[in-house]
Amino acid sequence: MLRFANPARFMRLSAAILPWCAGAAAAAVAAGLFLALFVAPPDYQQGEAVRIMYVHVPAAWMASFVYVVMAVASAVALIWRHPLAEIATRAAAPLGAGFTLVCLVTGSLWGEPMWGTWWVWDARLTSVLVLFFLYLGYLALVNAFDEPTRGARAGSILVLVGVINLPIIKFSVDWWNTLHQPASVFRLGGPTIAASLLWPLLVMALGFTLLFASLLMLRMRTALIAAKVRAVRLVAGEDEAPFVSASSAKLGSVR
Amino acid sequence: MTDQMAHFLAMGGYAIYVWPAYGVATAVLGFLVVQSVLAYRRTQREFTALERRRR
Amino acid sequence: MTAFSRLVARDLRLALRQGGDAATVIAFFVLTVILFPFGVGPEPEILRRIAPGVLWVTALLAALLSLERIFHVDYEDGSLEALALMPLPLEAQVLAKCLAHWLLTGLPLTIIAPLLALFLHLEREAYPVLVLGMLLGTPSLTLIGAIGAALTLGARRGGVLLSLLVLPLYIPVLIFGAAACEAAVAGLTPRPHLLLLAALLVLAVPLTPFAAAAAVRQALE
Repeated sequence: MLRFANPARFMRLSAAILPWCAGAAAAAVAAGLFLALFVAPPDYQQGEAVRIMYVHVPAAWMASFVYVVMAVASAVALIWRHPLAEIATRAAAPLGAGFTLVCLVTGSLWGEPMWGTWWVWDARLTSVLVLFFLYLGYLALVNAFDEPTRGARAGSILVLVGVINLPIIKFSVDWWNTLHQPASVFRLGGPTIAASLLWPLLVMALGFTLLFASLLMLRMRTALIAAKVRAVRLVAGEDEAPFVSASSAKLGSVR
Repeated sequence: MTDQMAHFLAMGGYAIYVWPAYGVATAVLGFLVVQSVLAYRRTQREFTALERRRR
Repeated sequence: MTAFSRLVARDLRLALRQGGDAATVIAFFVLTVILFPFGVGPEPEILRRIAPGVLWVTALLAALLSLERIFHVDYEDGSLEALALMPLPLEAQVLAKCLAHWLLTGLPLTIIAPLLALFLHLEREAYPVLVLGMLLGTPSLTLIGAIGAALTLGARRGGVLLSLLVLPLYIPVLIFGAAACEAAVAGLTPRPHLLLLAALLVLAVPLTPFAAAAAVRQALE
């Protein structure tokens, strides 16, 4: 019963918070879009293409932020065996991968008018590409086991290994980039970011963060209900899954 | 009015970069929203059906 | 003999009895490197330019091939469970298994690399740096790969999954190893790159066994 208390509390809390969070997310994203498309001035050098930055940069921030959230959740899962932690990591992963994908595609679309190529091996884009593969690796690993709980534990270890390696990879990519420096050095975002350009960025970032929080809560609720469904089916003898561990049954125990 | 609209849509000549960028972002994030909501509703339905059958 | 060295000897004996590990890895290394002239043309200038990168990437891929052997064979026949119950800590056992694995794969790769560098017309100054770099880098490849091998125990399509997990983590070793070689070719000092390779190894030796042992434990649960 104690095991179930935390998930129940989460269900109650999320039921209360989720509508507000989702509403705030929608408002912030809408405001961010408005600022990005109508209010922000065109850039002196890049013209209107700078508007891509208002999607690209917040997406890049989210890509890293979500991975850090996953790392914290994985650490909690491994150290304290909190039942919600692995569910949180698993729920966050597709969201993080989505933001990373948006960052890569918008980066490419930004790069073509700016540098004349669809892909440029600059340090940041390359690091985001590696991060994308870290997300894909996690998703592949947690879905590679017949027993769902096995994958979650392995995934937590992988995320922690990834988060320790990320600074090393980032450093080595920066190193590699300076060795093979392209003819002209461009920093995405321009030399300085004026205040008028900053507000749309921050509002979009806020919107993305609220969107992530809302979807995370929603996906965690889905996972908890699904666990209950599996447990009820198991008790009723309907479930034919041969590998059901004791922990997954306990998680869904309503008694 | 339409002159302004045309100017806005043209994005100073960068339209084929800016609008697909926003489009991809909307598509990917929108897909995540839709998929999450549909999965939630589906799981909810399964649960209530199961509960109803139990009683 | 300590328990550690006994485990290393056991792994070596088993691998040599089953045969083929070192041979497969070397064969893959040689064949893949030889493919490149067919792909990019035999001009020495081009081959020389890509030699460091090609040698390191193919060595990396060759090392990847045999990673499953570290744990899978013992996992399948149940001896991994028996090993976990031994008094020697699982982390130390992981190190022992990695040492055996490196002796069978990384070391042969390092020895063969200069021979293959001949085929790619690598400059003479770069040979010592190539060997030293591989000596420092291939153990890290084994150690990092062991984490992936342990995580994928019992997974479907474990081999391909292992590559997806491990290759991003290999990138720093690849960057510093190839850069060291290229620095030597350009007449610059390879020291910073070699030092970074050494730093990676120094980090990997104490840290990776913890992750790998944790992965083995959750696989045995």
